[in-house]
Amino acid sequence: MNIEIVVAQVPGLQRPDLERWVANEWVKPDQHDGEYEFYDIDVARARLIRDLRDEMEVNEAALPVVLSLLDQLYDLRRRMHEISDAIDHTVPEEVRQKLAAHLAKRGG
Amino acid sequence: MRFRWPLTARRWPLRLDDPYKTLGVAKDASQADIRRAYRKLAKKHHPDLNPGNAKAEDIFKRVSAANELLSDAKTRGQFDRGEIDAAGHERAPEPDYRNHAEGDAGRRYSRAGAGGWSDEEFGDLFSSMFNGAGRAGPPRPTRGQDEHYALQTSFLDAVNGTTSRLTLPDGRTLDVKIPPGSADGQTLRLHDQGEPGQNGGPRGDALIEIHVAPHPFFTREGQDIRLELPVTLAEAVLGGPVEVPTPAGPVRMTIAPGSDSGTQFRLRGRGVPAHGGLTAGQLYAKLRVVIGPPDAALTDFLRAWKPEHPVSPRQAPSK
Repeated sequence: MNIEIVVAQVPGLQRPDLERWVANEWVKPDQHDGEYEFYDIDVARARLIRDLRDEMEVNEAALPVVLSLLDQLYDLRRRMHEISDAIDHTVPEEVRQKLAAHLAKRGG
Repeated sequence: MRFRWPLTARRWPLRLDDPYKTLGVAKDASQADIRRAYRKLAKKHHPDLNPGNAKAEDIFKRVSAANELLSDAKTRGQFDRGEIDAAGHERAPEPDYRNHAEGDAGRRYSRAGAGGWSDEEFGDLFSSMFNGAGRAGPPRPTRGQDEHYALQTSFLDAVNGTTSRLTLPDGRTLDVKIPPGSADGQTLRLHDQGEPGQNGGPRGDALIEIHVAPHPFFTREGQDIRLELPVTLAEAVLGGPVEVPTPAGPVRMTIAPGSDSGTQFRLRGRGVPAHGGLTAGQLYAKLRVVIGPPDAALTDFLRAWKPEHPVSPRQAPSK
């Protein structure tokens, strides 16, 4: 979707805000012939950045820190899902139960 | 692409909580108090900042529903007069960045580059999982680490081979056999002389890097050795036997009469001895004529001397 639709979808978001966020690479739409193409994740991220700024008082100077930590958090969670998926597909049931028991013992 | 507007209104079963209690404010709280209370709770429970935490997600839903109801003076008034209940309210789309970010789409914002599983990126976390160390269960025998040492040796010891005693930091001594023909930078591996293994595993190896000190007059080129051999004026002009040092000890060599400075003689097989499939190298001795201290007789002779074929050594040969 283009930038107008995104701005219409996210209350409290002004077009110059979004353009600045794209320039800062906080939001990374695709670009075709100078036109932005936003995907669901980009809209959700714009909404999150708006929430951080407007509801959680994270000003734009501090945003890169917060976004960097969030991106690392989601990287790790995605990896954890990949590992979990790999375990599901490759590890025999007996070993999976051992793993679960071991993790439970650690209080995780 | 699929359009999601108006997204996820009323996707969750609504609980009819008292919005004032949900935000933790009094019935007569000001709009500013409500805003402040909402912000405080949003910071703590925003679901995109608490991925995977269903409790935070549930609290946030109720907090934001309460805020939407109470932050608008008109709907707050309707609620206070009992005209609407806490469920009778349109709500904004639920934040759902986390759902995108954890899936494949989230690679767009990955800090870890292409998102592969290479060792460099996640080696610190997952290497033990993939190489087998650190797994649960009975301890497995592991081989000890290799240990690295450096050993300085003389030029002749490296060429001829020797045995050198090395004292290790833990007090052990190692007799290191340096084979003939060892080169600078070469590494010797001493099996089972490294760190002890664990749980009955074998010791690691000791790896010893040889550093060869330079020699005052020998230099080495592979299997060959070069030497500059000082000779007297008489030896150069008249020729005759001279003694030449070689790595295996001095040998006698005959210099042809009239040998000039820079003339090179080859002593076959007198270089680096045969080792490891290589044949013995050559020793190349290059003459350097040394005039020696001032000598009155020589000076007088040269003053009177008329060369048979006068030449200037600084002119190219006329041929």
